[in-house]
Amino acid sequence: MRKKVIFKGVALPLLLLAPQLAITCVFFLWPAGAAIWQSVLQQDAWGLRTEFVGLRNFEEVLVDPAWREAAWNTLVFSAAVATSAMAVALFLAVQADKSIRGANLYKTLLIWPYAVAPAVAAVLWLFLFHPSIGLIGRALNQAGILWDYKLNGGQAMLLVIIASAWKQVSYNFIFFLAGLQSIPRSVLEAAAIDGARPTRRFWTVVFPLLSPTTFFLLVVNLVYAFFDTFGVIHALTGGGPGKATETLIYKVYVEGVQNTNLGSSAAQSVILMVLVIAMTVVQFRFIERRVHY
Amino acid sequence: MASLELTGIQKAFGATQVLHGIDLAVAEGEMIVIVGASGCGKSTLLRIVAGLETPSQGSVRIAGREVTGLEPADRDIAMVFQNYALYPHMSVFQNMAYGLKIRGTPKAEITRRVGEAAELLGIAALLERRPRQLSGGQRQRVAMGRAIVRQPKLFLFDEPLSNLDAKLRVQMRAEIRRLQRRLGVTSLFVTHDQTEAMTLGDRLVVMHAGHAAQVATPMEIWARPADTYVAGFIGSPAMNFLEGVLVEGGRAVLLRAGPVLHFADGPRAGPDGQRLIIGIRPEHMRRDPEAGLGLALDLVEPLGSETVLHGRLPGGEALTAKLHGAVPAAGGALRLAIPAAELHVFDAASGRRLDAGP
Repeated sequence: MRKKVIFKGVALPLLLLAPQLAITCVFFLWPAGAAIWQSVLQQDAWGLRTEFVGLRNFEEVLVDPAWREAAWNTLVFSAAVATSAMAVALFLAVQADKSIRGANLYKTLLIWPYAVAPAVAAVLWLFLFHPSIGLIGRALNQAGILWDYKLNGGQAMLLVIIASAWKQVSYNFIFFLAGLQSIPRSVLEAAAIDGARPTRRFWTVVFPLLSPTTFFLLVVNLVYAFFDTFGVIHALTGGGPGKATETLIYKVYVEGVQNTNLGSSAAQSVILMVLVIAMTVVQFRFIERRVHY
Repeated sequence: MASLELTGIQKAFGATQVLHGIDLAVAEGEMIVIVGASGCGKSTLLRIVAGLETPSQGSVRIAGREVTGLEPADRDIAMVFQNYALYPHMSVFQNMAYGLKIRGTPKAEITRRVGEAAELLGIAALLERRPRQLSGGQRQRVAMGRAIVRQPKLFLFDEPLSNLDAKLRVQMRAEIRRLQRRLGVTSLFVTHDQTEAMTLGDRLVVMHAGHAAQVATPMEIWARPADTYVAGFIGSPAMNFLEGVLVEGGRAVLLRAGPVLHFADGPRAGPDGQRLIIGIRPEHMRRDPEAGLGLALDLVEPLGSETVLHGRLPGGEALTAKLHGAVPAAGGALRLAIPAAELHVFDAASGRRLDAGP
C-alpha cells in the first residue's frame, strides 16, 4: 500500500522542494541554457561584437578534423577505461567473494582509490611513470624500453587510461561484489553438483546473473570516461603530447578557456550534453528490460 | 554392496563439533530419511555426502567408490535444494539440460531425456518458461526433473518440501515416493518433519546433537525408540514421560504419580530403586472410571474422530491423552489407566531404552 500525502495549496510543497530545485536551476539548468544560447552565437576575439549564427558553430565543429580526432580519442579512451576498469574490478570482486583470510581488510583497501581526488591520482601515477623521476618509468628506461609519455602519444594514452581506470575500479568493485553476493549460494552449489567446474560455473551461471550489474556499470563507466576524467588528463598530460590525449571534454576546455572560442566550445558541450542524455535514456530503458530474475 | 557407505563421519566448524562420528550403510534403491530438529547436523551430513562440505574425519563411499576427497561434480549425485536453486536465467529445458550438456551428452539424447523426465513429472508444457514464471509446486518439479535426467547413482533431498503449502506438500511427498520407487535410485532425504520422515523412509536416521540417535525402520522407531529423545521426537502428540523407580526385583515400576505398574514383557535388569523414565504414548491411554489415575484437565482439543486431552497427574506431572470419540470433560477431571503392555522403559540417568532382560 502506498501512502500519499496530499497538501492543500502549493506553497508548502514548493517550499519543501525549493532547495533541490534551486540547486538544479543554478548548477544545471542555468549553465545548460547558457551553453545552448552561447552555441548559436559567435563572438569576435575581444568579445566586443556578438552575432547570431544559428547552427553554424555545430556545422563547423562536426566537420573539423581536430574535433573528429578528439572524438576518436574519446572512443578509444572510454572503451579502454570501461573495459579494463570493469574487468579488473570483476576479477577482484570474484576473489573477494571467496572466503579468504583478511577479506575485510582487502575490501577496505580496494575501496580507497575511489576517495582519491582525480588530480592526486594523476600525481600518484606520475610519480610511478615519469620517465626520469618515476619508479616504473625509470625502470622501463633502464631495461631498454624507451618510455616517455611526454613524447610518445601512445604511451601517454596508455597512462591516462591506466590512471582513469584505476580510479574507477573501486566503484565497480563494490557493485560487482554486491552483485556476486546476491547470487544464492545454492544456485552455485547446484551447478557444482551438475558437474560444472569453477570456470564453467562462472561463465554459464555467475556472469549471466551479473548481467544487470554489468550493464549498469558499463553505462556508468562510459559516462565517467567521457566526462569525469578531465582532472586526470589535465594533471597528467594536459591533452598532449600534441593532441594525443585530447578527449572531447578536454577539447571543450581548450576551446573555451584557452582559445576563448566561446561559440565553438558551447556547441561542443551541447553535443556532449546530448550524448550523456542519450546514454542515460538507454540505461534506464535497458535496465528495466534486462533484469530477468 | 552398499550403495552409500558413511564411516565415522565427523565435522567441526572451528571449535564447534557438529557431527560426532556417523556410520551408515544404505542399500541399493533404499530411501533413507535423516530427521532431526534444526541444528542437529542433518543438513551438514547431507552436504558432506554431496561434497559441498569436507568431513573433518571419516569417509564417504558411493557405489563402492571412495569419494571423500572428490568434488561434487565427480560423485555422480543429484540434489534437490530447499529453495530449488533453479538457474534463474535459463528456461526450464535449459535448467534440466545443464548437467547433461556439461557432460557432453549429444543434443538429441538431451532432448529425449529432458522430454521423458518432463513427461514423467507433468511439466512438459512448461519447458520454455523461466523459473520466475512458475509456481512453487512447478519449481519443485523442475528441480526434481533436473535431478532425474542425470540418472545419478544417488539422490539427495535437502528439505525439498518445506517451502510448499500444506496440501501441496502431502501431494509432492507421495509423488516423490512413487518416483523414487519407480526409478529405484538410492536416496537420502533430509527433513525436520516427522510425518514426512515416517511416510517417505524405508529407514530413518534420527539425528540428535550430532549423533545418530537411532537408525531403523519407521515402525520400529515408533514401537521401540532407542532413547527418550527419539521417543519424544517421533509420534504426535509426543510421548508422555513419567518418573518412577524400579521395584519388586525389576518386575515393576513405582510411578511418582502413585500406582505400581507390572511390566508385561518381563523384568528389567537393575537394582531396585533405580530411577526410571516411563514413556507412554497419548493414544495408548485408556479411560478407566474406577481404577484409573485422576487427570486434572486444563485443555481439551476435539479433533472430530478423537479428542486430545492435556492435564496434570496428582504428582503434578503433565500428561497428554488421545482418546477415541468425544470426551465429556465434566468437572474438569478424568480417570485414565496406563496399559502395562504399552510401556516404554528408559533409564533416567542415560535416557537409554531398557528392554526386558533375558
